[in-house]
Amino acid sequence: MIGAEGLYLVYLVAAICFILAIRGLAKPQTARAGNNLGMFGMGLAVLVTLLVLPTRNDLGILSAGFLSAFIGIFLANKVKMTSLPQMIAFLNGIGGLSSVLVGFAQILNEKVYLFDAVLAIVIGSVAFSGSMIAFLKLQGKLKRGRFYLSNLFSVVLLFLTVFVWIEFAFNGRMLDGYLLIWVSLALGVSLTLPVGGADMPIVISVLNAFSGFAASAIGFSIVNVALIMTGALVGASGTILALIMTKAMNRSIVEVFFKKIKISEGVDLQDKTARVSSVQDAAFLMENANKVIIVPGYGMAASGAQHALQNMAKILEEKYHVEVKFAIHPVAGRMPGHMNVLLAEAKVEYDKVFALEEINPDFETADVAYVIGANDITNPLAKTDASSPLYGMPILEVFKAKTVFVVKRSLGAGYSGVQNPLFFAENTLMLYGDAKKVTEEIVADL
Amino acid sequence: MSLLFLLTVFILSCFIGYFVVQGVTPALHSPLMSVSNAISGIVIVGALTTAALSDPFSIVEALSLFAVFFAGLNIFGGFVVSNRMLKLFKKKDEK
Repeated sequence: MIGAEGLYLVYLVAAICFILAIRGLAKPQTARAGNNLGMFGMGLAVLVTLLVLPTRNDLGILSAGFLSAFIGIFLANKVKMTSLPQMIAFLNGIGGLSSVLVGFAQILNEKVYLFDAVLAIVIGSVAFSGSMIAFLKLQGKLKRGRFYLSNLFSVVLLFLTVFVWIEFAFNGRMLDGYLLIWVSLALGVSLTLPVGGADMPIVISVLNAFSGFAASAIGFSIVNVALIMTGALVGASGTILALIMTKAMNRSIVEVFFKKIKISEGVDLQDKTARVSSVQDAAFLMENANKVIIVPGYGMAASGAQHALQNMAKILEEKYHVEVKFAIHPVAGRMPGHMNVLLAEAKVEYDKVFALEEINPDFETADVAYVIGANDITNPLAKTDASSPLYGMPILEVFKAKTVFVVKRSLGAGYSGVQNPLFFAENTLMLYGDAKKVTEEIVADL
Repeated sequence: MSLLFLLTVFILSCFIGYFVVQGVTPALHSPLMSVSNAISGIVIVGALTTAALSDPFSIVEALSLFAVFFAGLNIFGGFVVSNRMLKLFKKKDEK
């Protein structure tokens, strides 16, 4: 059959398929073709491996494979679009877990310390336990408690991991191997536990990178170029996403994991009052506008307002000939690109949805900016107040619009703990209430 | 294959990844995560390899089969979810 060189070439083809799969995601037009190419590459890699390996337990492998196909496809079809961040965190964790299992299987098989396999075990364990905590948090099963000890724990566990690792490397005792798994699992938990909801996009990206690099490490230990290349690709992808997100939030990765957010007042806004408006006024102003820009944030996702929003946009466009655009900040929501998926689900055409740099010049000429469930990403202090923790963070410049409607449940500070002077500006009108309910009321009034 | 060669492959792949991912439009960052999740299921090749090298009914075999299962979950779940997401992205004239 095909020899070692043939096998190598097939793996190379698979890796190229994966590169082109991600390349396909550059544009929505080519994205599905990219995904299909990814599936093809994966099928090819698995098939050729099955053909070449002298497996003794075909039945076991086939049952594990079919069971995973059955459950995987079932779960993927069942999950609601609003629960996508959890699903992605869960799958990511599972990926890390399989690297851990393979690494450990290898060590048990050869009964010696193997650097590559141990590397896969440590990175994979952190990815696994961290992703599971992220999953539970996104699912709402773990409330953000007060884990005061957590930072110290993480540092201690980090040292412990290194210590056990060195111990294992020098003694090669299997007991140290077992211990290392538990210590790195604990490290993943303690790193992720204190992280707040708005930092989730960053955490998910970092964990994504980890599971990729764990696969790469397995590639080193079984000497397989397909694994090394693919793992590196995934690792790079997660790293870049994390960098984009941290830049868009004006935070560093270290801050995300180790620094607690201080609740500060920033500027004193006590003596100012926000002006409250009604849905009737909002409907009236938007009907008579030439251009309306909608700015969704996590509050929109939480209340499931995307369909109501699309309804509103549609009526405004078709009945009143208003130009409607959607503006999305890179960190809006709980995972990278979260808002885009939700709007796409509500059938908002993607050519009406704009990223930060594309849309910012538009606010000056907009009659109405409709900010729904977003806060920090619109805070003008990021531009003006050098002492603010938000200073330097790129924001959506909604304050430049003629009128700004802010749909929010209360006047509270955003996740950053900084008050938002936008709410008290001359041209801002508040609409208190649930994002979906308020939008539906406006739709009824149009 | 020498470690140096593998390291070269790894580092060059990181660069390829860097440039390819830079080109992904921000609107598709969620599908990017789930596609990359799915392809990190390539570790299934490693799981199949250790499964083939193991003795029947050993712990190594059990670990490998579980790894096959979890990696498979990653692959099938990841690609199907990505496909569902990507189907949603439409332009007006594509309806």
